[in-house]
Amino acid sequence: MNRFLVVASSPHIRANLSTQKIMALVIASLIPAGLAGAYFLGSRSLLVVASSVAACVAAEGLWQKCARQPLTVRDLSAALTGLLLAYNLPPAIPLWMPVIGGFFAIIVVKQFFGGLGQNVVNPALAGRAMMLICWPVDMTNWTVQGVSGPTALALAKGAESFSAVVSNAAEAGQAFPELFDAFIGRMGGCIGETSSAALIAGGVFLIASGIISWRIPVIYIVTAAAASMAFGSALNPLYEVMSGGLLIGAFFMATDYTTSPITPKGQAVFAAGCGILTSLIRAFGGYPEGVSYSILIMNFVVPIIDGATKPKILGEARAR
Amino acid sequence: MTLPTFKGGVHPPDWKSLTGSKEIETLHPLKELVYPMSQHIGVPCTPTVNKGDRVLAGMKIGDSGAFVSAPVLSGVSGPVKDVGMRMTLSGNMETCVVVENDGQYEYTSDLLPHPDNEPLDPKEYVRIVRDAGIVGMGGAAFPTHVKLSPPPDRKIRWLIVNGAECEPFLNCDNRLMLEHPEAIIGGLEICMRIFPEAEGIIAIEDNKPESIRRMEGELSGRPGKIRVAPHPVKYPQGAEKMLIYSVTGRAIPPGALPADVGCIVINVSTAQHIWLAVTQGIPVTERVVSVTGDVIADPKNIRAPLGTSVRELIDACGGFTEPPAKVLSGGPMMGISMRSVDVPIVKGTSGILALSPRLTLCPPESNCIRCGRCVTSCPMGLVPTNLDKLARLRDYPQFESYGGMNCIECGCCTYACPAFRHLTQICRDGKAGVTAARKKEQAKQEG
Repeated sequence: MNRFLVVASSPHIRANLSTQKIMALVIASLIPAGLAGAYFLGSRSLLVVASSVAACVAAEGLWQKCARQPLTVRDLSAALTGLLLAYNLPPAIPLWMPVIGGFFAIIVVKQFFGGLGQNVVNPALAGRAMMLICWPVDMTNWTVQGVSGPTALALAKGAESFSAVVSNAAEAGQAFPELFDAFIGRMGGCIGETSSAALIAGGVFLIASGIISWRIPVIYIVTAAAASMAFGSALNPLYEVMSGGLLIGAFFMATDYTTSPITPKGQAVFAAGCGILTSLIRAFGGYPEGVSYSILIMNFVVPIIDGATKPKILGEARAR
Repeated sequence: MTLPTFKGGVHPPDWKSLTGSKEIETLHPLKELVYPMSQHIGVPCTPTVNKGDRVLAGMKIGDSGAFVSAPVLSGVSGPVKDVGMRMTLSGNMETCVVVENDGQYEYTSDLLPHPDNEPLDPKEYVRIVRDAGIVGMGGAAFPTHVKLSPPPDRKIRWLIVNGAECEPFLNCDNRLMLEHPEAIIGGLEICMRIFPEAEGIIAIEDNKPESIRRMEGELSGRPGKIRVAPHPVKYPQGAEKMLIYSVTGRAIPPGALPADVGCIVINVSTAQHIWLAVTQGIPVTERVVSVTGDVIADPKNIRAPLGTSVRELIDACGGFTEPPAKVLSGGPMMGISMRSVDVPIVKGTSGILALSPRLTLCPPESNCIRCGRCVTSCPMGLVPTNLDKLARLRDYPQFESYGGMNCIECGCCTYACPAFRHLTQICRDGKAGVTAARKKEQAKQEG
């Protein structure tokens, strides 16, 4: 009975949680938001999602085949990137665009930097940023159940007061969405951004199942809301939170393990930075929306944050 | 009320119910007994008997003149069959004394019993502890008389009996607390005579409410300043540094000893053996071992003479229900996986675990995704994923400056890692690399 004993270094048991399972849980938590997008923005949204996911998985597989690396598409990280990219696109976008965006996200942003866990910025967000630069018109063509028009944030851009926002909407020939509509998702926007209710449900599920901590989403949202008030936004903070990409960004983008700080303290700093930058861009920047760029900018700061927030070693006098 | 604990740690399933309610059974081994000369941290013993000699139970068969060492005593009577190299739990060949058990258990002891428990000179207690061969029975096997001899300028304020038993599966300490609370408290009281200013604390994880009640019941009515301190279930609550932090709020500086923060920690079983040695003159020749695991037919807590073969212990528990993937000495988080079951148990063997391939699953490593689970689980406040990278690059100076030498190898990071990276193992390698580099540097300076 001796011959078959395995000799290995301790520990000999592992928690029953793999990278693949984590990715699968994040994907599952994103499904309600996608279904809401398809319901409110049209079923074409599903085609955009499918092409983006397929492109990302194909890009990863192709790259690994060409680079003679082990095939890791089964870890579902490429599929998740594809899903997040699609959720950041308008539903009416031509289907070849997400394919190019997906290839860019996976090959340039992720694989060029060493693959899973090695990328500096969030691949889905960088893919979206690239697409926004290349195809600014298609990337901002919002439709709500077939009718196109500007988003709530675009209407609020530069407005002095809430009544100015409403009259902006009237000029554009549409009614400004009620708070409840913004909450359930009956308003223009990207596929995955539209339903705050679905995003919050998914985010709470991720926090409850221990996949993400509450730190980044809560601090991000609270900071962004507070900063928008401080910067004198015409919208009340609830609108600010429920419009645009703030919720999807806070729950699903800023919490990306690879591109956020590894220490709890660092995550708090990172989230606060994202919140302030988001409101700065919304209030003073050239774009109506600032979530993508604020997270991308903070991604670059992560190594510095990590270095500055190293945990204290038990018993050590003080940081060296 | 929240119970005091430490930062970090993990919550593996505890598997304690397999042996938690099993009373300690005594095993009389039939085969030869093998006594490795190195059953402790420190200088190995030299055999004091020769092949062909007849030894008695309780007789010294190996000793050393070094301070950091502890004698080895026979648990059975019979002829010395061999003095030579045998395989031990670690898989290495070591010098062992092999005694053929004649089944007579003819007993002798050099230790004088002090049954009426009259106070002795503190030095006398320490001498008895050494002569009885007592070492840390929780697994580390550090000679107890060394622990009880701190530098004179160190004032000992807390004497902590470690009954945390935070490793999954193991129940030997739990059963001792349930069955022999008087011996454990007696051992602690003896230590408190050596350090009269110290407070006595019996630290127990709160998944053992019976043990907590039993110890508290035994304490009530006794004079003296001993209390039971429950701590929440969290691995590695029983690690010395974590336990001291939980009990006293004091953190041991890197490289320092518990005595430097006024603490001495001894295991439950060690305390019991101190009591046995002082009051009854009985040296360490046996111990309680939890023989358990998901492929052991009838898991038990067994009191067996040291030197008993692991195979005999497993046979006493009905053998395996299916071929095990790993057989461990100790718990699943820090235990050593054995190459063979034809090796003897030693003073530090708290458990023999046979685990199925399902429990010891070890999928291939994948890339670190920077999830931070290793960081939040590390009880020492390290960033294991950074240490992993540095040790793989063999950048030992950086490994050291990132605090790698503080790693206690508890295994929390590896347990929690979703990429199944061998963080603890690589950290061990890094520590060995730093030590080797230091030695090289020292040799260069010397000559």
